Amino acid sequence: MPDITKHLQQQISEARNQGHKLAIVGGGSKQFMGRKINAEQLDVGGHSGIVDYQPLELVLTVRAGTPLSEIETALAEKNQMLSFEPPYFGDRSTIGGTLACNQSGPGRPWWNSVRDQVLGVNLINGKGERLRFGGQVMKNVAGYDVSRTQAGAMGTLGVMTEISLKVLPRPAITLTLSREMEHSEAIRFMSARAAEPKPLSGACWLDGTLYLRLSGAHSAVEATAKQWDIPVMANGDTFWQQLRDQQLAFFAGEQPMWRFSINSTAATPSLKGPWLLDWAGSQRWYRGDGEMATMEAHAEKAGGQVSLYRGGDRTGEVMHHQQPALQAIQKRLKHSFDPDALFNPGRLYSWL
Amino acid sequence: MNTDSKPLNTAASKPGKAELAKMFREFIDPQFVITDEETLKPYECDGLSMYCVMPLLVVLPETVEQVQQVMRLCHQFGIPVVARGAGTGLSAGAMPDAGGVVLSLAKFNRILHIDPLARSARLQSGVRNLAISEAAADYGLYYGPDPSSQIACTIGGNVGENSGGVHCLKYGLTTHNILSVEMVTVDGERVVIGSDGLDTCGMDLLALITGSEGLLGIITEVQVKLLPTPEIARVVMAGFGTVDEAGAAVGGIIAQGIIPAGLEMMDSHAIIAVEAFTGAGYPVEAAALLLCEVDGTKEEVQEHIEKAEALFRDFGATSIRTSKDDAERALIWKGRKNAFPAMGRISPDYYCMDGTIPRAHLGQVLNEMQDMSKRFGLRVANVFHAGDGNLHPLILFDANKEGELARAEAFGSDILELCVKVGGCITGEHGVGVEKIRQMPMQFTDPEIEQLNAVKSAFDPQGTLNPGKGVPTLRNCQEYRAINAKPQAPEVQHA
Repeated sequence: MPDITKHLQQQISEARNQGHKLAIVGGGSKQFMGRKINAEQLDVGGHSGIVDYQPLELVLTVRAGTPLSEIETALAEKNQMLSFEPPYFGDRSTIGGTLACNQSGPGRPWWNSVRDQVLGVNLINGKGERLRFGGQVMKNVAGYDVSRTQAGAMGTLGVMTEISLKVLPRPAITLTLSREMEHSEAIRFMSARAAEPKPLSGACWLDGTLYLRLSGAHSAVEATAKQWDIPVMANGDTFWQQLRDQQLAFFAGEQPMWRFSINSTAATPSLKGPWLLDWAGSQRWYRGDGEMATMEAHAEKAGGQVSLYRGGDRTGEVMHHQQPALQAIQKRLKHSFDPDALFNPGRLYSWL
Repeated sequence: MNTDSKPLNTAASKPGKAELAKMFREFIDPQFVITDEETLKPYECDGLSMYCVMPLLVVLPETVEQVQQVMRLCHQFGIPVVARGAGTGLSAGAMPDAGGVVLSLAKFNRILHIDPLARSARLQSGVRNLAISEAAADYGLYYGPDPSSQIACTIGGNVGENSGGVHCLKYGLTTHNILSVEMVTVDGERVVIGSDGLDTCGMDLLALITGSEGLLGIITEVQVKLLPTPEIARVVMAGFGTVDEAGAAVGGIIAQGIIPAGLEMMDSHAIIAVEAFTGAGYPVEAAALLLCEVDGTKEEVQEHIEKAEALFRDFGATSIRTSKDDAERALIWKGRKNAFPAMGRISPDYYCMDGTIPRAHLGQVLNEMQDMSKRFGLRVANVFHAGDGNLHPLILFDANKEGELARAEAFGSDILELCVKVGGCITGEHGVGVEKIRQMPMQFTDPEIEQLNAVKSAFDPQGTLNPGKGVPTLRNCQEYRAINAKPQAPEVQHA
């Protein structure tokens, strides 16, 4: 295989010499996220393929441009999975984009996020240097955790070339329970179930219905379903897949979509419009128009933050504002990785 | 925060010890500004007593505002600050700076709030790890990461070291179990990183702070996730005739799709020492012992215990004992938890290493360590987290015998080099501190070290937070490489 990393290094050096800015693009399926930027495209989708997979170590190392589908097929052969259930926004979603945008699916509160499962990354910084942080083992505290810092940085710190991840065995069985329930009761109910030592792996509320997913050993799942006495739903797996990939009707349409990451027990902000509650109430989606500052005030009251996830004005700020001291640190951090501000300038914040 | 963060005064105008103490006593209870040699003495080292330095002085602030004022003053005069929790660290990460201040967070010991429905707890940074689970037990909840020192170590220190423990394989490290921290920056700003939600916008500074060994800020408050206490937990203890068989059985469990709550291994030196110390009923004739704990619902645990027992038999276990109740489970774990003190009965001193390797290399690495043991003329006992490949070789030596300490250090360095060689790393949970700073160039290249130092500068441009720890300077890297990253010590050839 040609040394694609070297080719990327050359492209980065050229851009640096010519004073160009670079927009990092893998599969391009998450272009709707972040702010709109004006930069030359750096295609990293070709940097693809599984580098190493050790099922007994529960560790997978892949190039960052590897499609999620390729990874999940390889894992399924060994009855393992990416526990963070990465959303597929089309066929071209890659693992690099998933980490850069910190995207995790419905199982996140119980099976960890993509950020949590990262063990190491190789990246090229703005000086064109190839760097490796973390590794392929689950415990590694040498140096700062640069690997997990890539989660949500949206490519502003460098071009990831390889990612090592912890993978997990697939549960022996999955069962979905559903029951009609009013919004605020659902918040209390989900929290109460999540505090029980049962094999819960998904908790969502939409359109007056609560959905709970149980995953694990046959005996545990079946016994819990019986104890909780909630009707079992047919085709439950399809529901969770459509929730994960944002294919449910809730996600369709032109209205701006806001993502609230808040205290799971908080009352839902009083905004007119449809809500979807995921992650047992910790991740809430809202469709509707709104001012960023107003939405931020709602999120802070609920103990968390908000982002304008999809649609709306993408030339203004779309991420929750930062405390001035943290903003200063992030600016210096950006400068330390990318002194000429080559990578995705302004994608995350106008000032970054 | 000044984006430049330049010190306001030059080093020439630095106050002396008495003058600095006087400044601190204007806003901290004078009895908590320690300057006399006798009272300073307990602060000269952390849990790794072979590295000792007397600090200029020690302060024990009682409020975040006082911490801010300490930081502002020290920043103004360019005075080093070393944060300290319970001092249980094992890599000299809290070793003082001779010209600096030790900022003890011992008075930050309040549990501020437990939210049982949200399954979280807000704690001051000096709260002991075990105290969290004890307080959460009333709600059927507990805090997952359980370092061996959990009876004494603090949550702030756990964040600083990204501490782990027996349950890491299933429940993760500290980094997986915290929601937010409140931190005072080097120039005295109070910031909150993270939130009540599971993630926040922007760069993941929480990931950087976790495991940063006090080099990026002073942690004053931590919000942790709590987990539902499992319905039941049982442990299988299996003895094996060889370490290779035990190592293979570890992989076998994972292949079955079982993630044990804890999976620990001991070699024969450790088994014998521990059994003599605790009388837990360990099979002293075994060459290796596995402790495999399974937790969950009653049904799930029953199913997985049966699978584990059958599997261990298939992999050649010479003895198997499964706990019938919590009392027996506690007895079996008592041996593991007392493994380190047990070594005191068979050796005057021991040096505990902390490297991580891919599990597939367990057998090879353990065997190579025995070869090294002969070469260095020192015994090595192994007690470690087999589930996540985190080794804790205990090198036994006698500090009163000339050259043995140096040989122990050289032996330890070779072990860490071997860990890196097989794809692992130089520290799994104890941190780099001062102890392993010489070994950092084994794992990182010069540009990587430079990048890590640049990360440090983004938080602490003047480099006054815990200086000399964690990441070496490039100049030091070159020096360490020049001496092959090893202490110069004579090796002993056994007959």
